[in-house]
Amino acid sequence: MPLPYSELVMEHFQHPHNVGRIENPDAKAIEGSPACGDMVAVYLQVDPNTLSITDIKFESYGCASNIATGSIITDMAIGKTLEEAKQITWKQASDALGGLPPIKTHCSVLAVDGLRAAIQNYEEKHGLAAEKEPTTLEVVQRRLKHVMNPAVGLDIIRTKLVKSVDIADGVIRIVIDMEPDNQFAGNIREEITEKLAHLWDVVSVSVEFESS
Amino acid sequence: MSDSHIYLDNSAATRLDERVLEAMTPYFFDTYAVATSQFGYTLGVEAKDALDNARASLAARLGAKPEELVFTSGATESSNMAVKGAAHALSKKGKHLVTSKIEDFPVLNSMRTLEREGFEVTYLSTDATGLVDLDELRHALTPGTVLVSIQSANQEIGTAQDTPAIAALCHEHGVLLHIDATHSFPRMPLDVSKTPVDLVTISGEMIHGPKGCGALYIRTGTTFTKWMDGGFQEFNLRAGTENIPGAIGFAKAVELITPAETAGLAAMRDNTIARLLAIPNSQLNGHPTLRLPQNANVSFRFVEGEAITLHMDMRGFAVSTGSACFSRALEASHVILGIGGNHERAHGSVRLSFGRYNAPEDGIRAAEALTEIIDRLRAISPLGKD
Repeated sequence: MPLPYSELVMEHFQHPHNVGRIENPDAKAIEGSPACGDMVAVYLQVDPNTLSITDIKFESYGCASNIATGSIITDMAIGKTLEEAKQITWKQASDALGGLPPIKTHCSVLAVDGLRAAIQNYEEKHGLAAEKEPTTLEVVQRRLKHVMNPAVGLDIIRTKLVKSVDIADGVIRIVIDMEPDNQFAGNIREEITEKLAHLWDVVSVSVEFESS
Repeated sequence: MSDSHIYLDNSAATRLDERVLEAMTPYFFDTYAVATSQFGYTLGVEAKDALDNARASLAARLGAKPEELVFTSGATESSNMAVKGAAHALSKKGKHLVTSKIEDFPVLNSMRTLEREGFEVTYLSTDATGLVDLDELRHALTPGTVLVSIQSANQEIGTAQDTPAIAALCHEHGVLLHIDATHSFPRMPLDVSKTPVDLVTISGEMIHGPKGCGALYIRTGTTFTKWMDGGFQEFNLRAGTENIPGAIGFAKAVELITPAETAGLAAMRDNTIARLLAIPNSQLNGHPTLRLPQNANVSFRFVEGEAITLHMDMRGFAVSTGSACFSRALEASHVILGIGGNHERAHGSVRLSFGRYNAPEDGIRAAEALTEIIDRLRAISPLGKD
């Protein structure tokens, strides 16, 4: 079939594993929103003694990459401890699927973020989480590593698209090294806003485009 | 591609009709010379006659004079030429342009380029069905307005504008009007001898003609800037060796469109839409009656379009969606957003566009497949369950 997806992606897309909900889950999280076009819900059952994942389910409102990544990442996480599961990266998920087209990597990142958010939800509920983290430059940069440059399928930090980040009184201003009328400018703005705007101490996020 | 493939994306590209190819073939192998003047050589004069005949035949279908029709490389070029050609020619008179938010990209992105050159552009909103409001258009016109560009029908949701009313309004205000008729010509009526439009984009690509050939109608007397420098082809407006086989094929494709065929497409559209709207939590995109005969577009809640099109493809159906994941720019359909729809409605939209090579039951089969796929995707969706 002349589609850009590997056989494994197609298999997981057509017959996703671990789909559905867990009633009264120990933890759950929803990442993304209908507005951004992709949304993943992750439900966890955790053994309180070993802190390992005994059951995991996901639901997806999203494209083929999103569904397939949700399927593979839940396969990868089951039986792992929370600490181990936290270390799973979108790159590992993508590799386990035989690779994803560069333009689709952001959909796979969302599923990974969903898993991490569910783990964080468990930790917060059980007093395992650290204090509320202030949004520092380092936090912003870490989150920007989850925003993809769709042209190449690598994040915008690694591909050096982020020219500057300013944070002042909860106002974040980010300048991206790109023409304002670049094909992906609108998408990158949306993705950055989505990763930062909801943080507890963030007032607003502005994304500007300036090509050097 | 398997035999069972059902192609329902005829508003993106169409299969060539064999009769079109047959009409074109001699102009590749026998009369392949460039069009020359009557003082040229025989082959060139024959080529010129063939080009003139194609032009006359197309012009007649539009109610135009042959010399008002300039051949181009397709709809994209025609609309670029119309919008930029008119704006540049009239920039001393004024620098204000008006269009709608739901135009196709050739018009929309030409407008954006002109904005960067210093023009001011008003982007009109539409109502929820995609219709431009005439009062809003009237209010948008200023003494500095030099061009209005409003499509005759929408590429995605199929809504057909009231072109005669828009034309009358522009005419009354002395403002040039460009119509992008790529998706409506010649299946929906347009007669420039009765409707005072100044520029019309047409193309053969969506009606089983060859790719790479379109035309721009330019009313006699319209102030216009030459589009391409080179030789003196196309009335010295658009230089470049004429695509004679393309022009012949385009004219033939138009000739083959009949009212009976168009009525058949409209029936297929209506049957399909009725079945799609029977799926719970679905919504028609576009106008219920004022729409392209070949276009059905419905949004389904709680599911995403790229997953739908991929499942459809695996079942042998080619359809398209306004979802961001399907788009090359990863952006949700500007048309669905433009008519006031939200991102979810754009992401869950599916367009089926019909053509000559569809069997009457194709739309029904597609609707059956969609019913099953949407059920399946909703089962794994976190939305719509509480």
